[in-house]
Amino acid sequence: MELLREALAYAQSRPDLFWEAFVRHIVLVLTAISIALVICVPLGVWTARSRFASLTFINLVNTLRVIPSIAVLFLMLPYFGLSFQSAAIALTILAMPPILINTDAAFRTLNPAIREAAQGMGMDALTIFRKVELPLALPIILTGVRTALVEVIASATLAAFIGAGGLGNFIVLGSQLRNEAILLVGAIPVAIMAILAEVGMSALQRSVQAPL
Amino acid sequence: MAYIEFVNVSKQFPGALRPSVNNCSLAIEQGTFVVLLGLSGCGKTTLLKMVNRLYEPTSGQILIDGENIRSLPVTALRQRIGYVIQQTGLFPHMTVSQNIAVVPKLLGWQRERIERRIDELLTLIELPPAEYRHRYPSQLSGGQQQRVGLARALAGDPEVMLMDEPFGAIDAITRATLQDEMIFLQRQLKKTILFVTHDVEEALRLADKIVVMDIGRIVQYDTPFAILTRPANQFVASLVGADDTVRHLSLISVERAMQSPPPDFHVNGQPRIAPQDNLRNALSLLLRTGTQTLVVARDEHPVGILTMGQIQHLVGRVHEL
Repeated sequence: MELLREALAYAQSRPDLFWEAFVRHIVLVLTAISIALVICVPLGVWTARSRFASLTFINLVNTLRVIPSIAVLFLMLPYFGLSFQSAAIALTILAMPPILINTDAAFRTLNPAIREAAQGMGMDALTIFRKVELPLALPIILTGVRTALVEVIASATLAAFIGAGGLGNFIVLGSQLRNEAILLVGAIPVAIMAILAEVGMSALQRSVQAPL
Repeated sequence: MAYIEFVNVSKQFPGALRPSVNNCSLAIEQGTFVVLLGLSGCGKTTLLKMVNRLYEPTSGQILIDGENIRSLPVTALRQRIGYVIQQTGLFPHMTVSQNIAVVPKLLGWQRERIERRIDELLTLIELPPAEYRHRYPSQLSGGQQQRVGLARALAGDPEVMLMDEPFGAIDAITRATLQDEMIFLQRQLKKTILFVTHDVEEALRLADKIVVMDIGRIVQYDTPFAILTRPANQFVASLVGADDTVRHLSLISVERAMQSPPPDFHVNGQPRIAPQDNLRNALSLLLRTGTQTLVVARDEHPVGILTMGQIQHLVGRVHEL
């Protein structure tokens, strides 16, 4: 309890620093998730239809996933330096697998009878995609986004190691100074953010889920 | 005049050893209920799906109302044809009314007209609109789902309906109810219907005419009664159970067999049957009640009598009918 009070006092004594790190953290997370969505949703639609694409890209993304995020961060350094870009790319790579795999599964498991009915009623391919396939796939895609979001929120703390900022700054500083209160100034908001993301995404998912 | 016409239609899937549909020609009149009957893999579903171009024939052509179906854009063709499939294919993320509205929306109908049509169809299939409009498919029983599937196919008021084993996955009791409703609906709607099934009883009950198919070919195309009493070959005979006397009786109306009552006949509490009922039910009623004579009554008014002897006599000369 004492520790929490200290942590709060520390954050209040440096509001500019805290809010800057906080906003930076969120921007990092949203950037990574947005890029991953833009790449992986269309890619997943394709891999669900094409055996070639599915073998190539699902395996590629799975391979990327086994590289630890911190290693990716340092691998980016020669190209982008100690920067926001390096961190954003590393986090994007982290966010891609769950989104791609769930998008692929969502479109692959659509009931063929439903697609046939849609065709038989005279919908064109684009209408079938927009009005039938996408709405039915959306809850499963969102499950992937939820997983990605929580992982990225937690992992964005690593960005501090290459000087890209975010709430990880306080964790790094706290561990260097062996000051647990400062460490908590980073850790607690990250934990809360992750929980909120989890709850919010679950609610969103329920709201788009057709009654079973 | 033929409304739907198949001219030397064949379909061979890539890599298949033999054609699924082999040089089939068939003329279907407007307003008839035609059942495609055959064993699994005989080509009946393939033949059906070539009408709305889910499959394209390898050779031959199909005409609707004298017009080659390839002369229209495929989506426009399909919007003019009602399509019902086995697992209903209802869209699970849309309510009953949204499902029914799909084709009218594609056809660009005004909103009020669509709303009116939805109520009209739900009333027709006996699902009160107030109660069912906003339900999702998962909140309906299997039979109700299939009825909504039917309503959805009827929504654009198509002239032609294609039905691919629509009652195949439904329990026997519900299926019989749906068949009765189908007969009742068709009496009002007079659509040109192509209906695929492998269930002989279903075919005999529903069809104006039956197309019997075997390994991609049309073996016989005739009325249920003619197919039962004059099967084209041994395959048709065994498929439809042509030697099943009771089945024959189910296709003959009481009216056809009844006689006017003899002068000394008195209506005296004998069991009654309607003239449009069939002889199978008449026989069943005779056996159950243990009497020799039934009174044939139309609206409570006796119009004739039917005896066990008459039924027996008819069975003897069923091939001459």
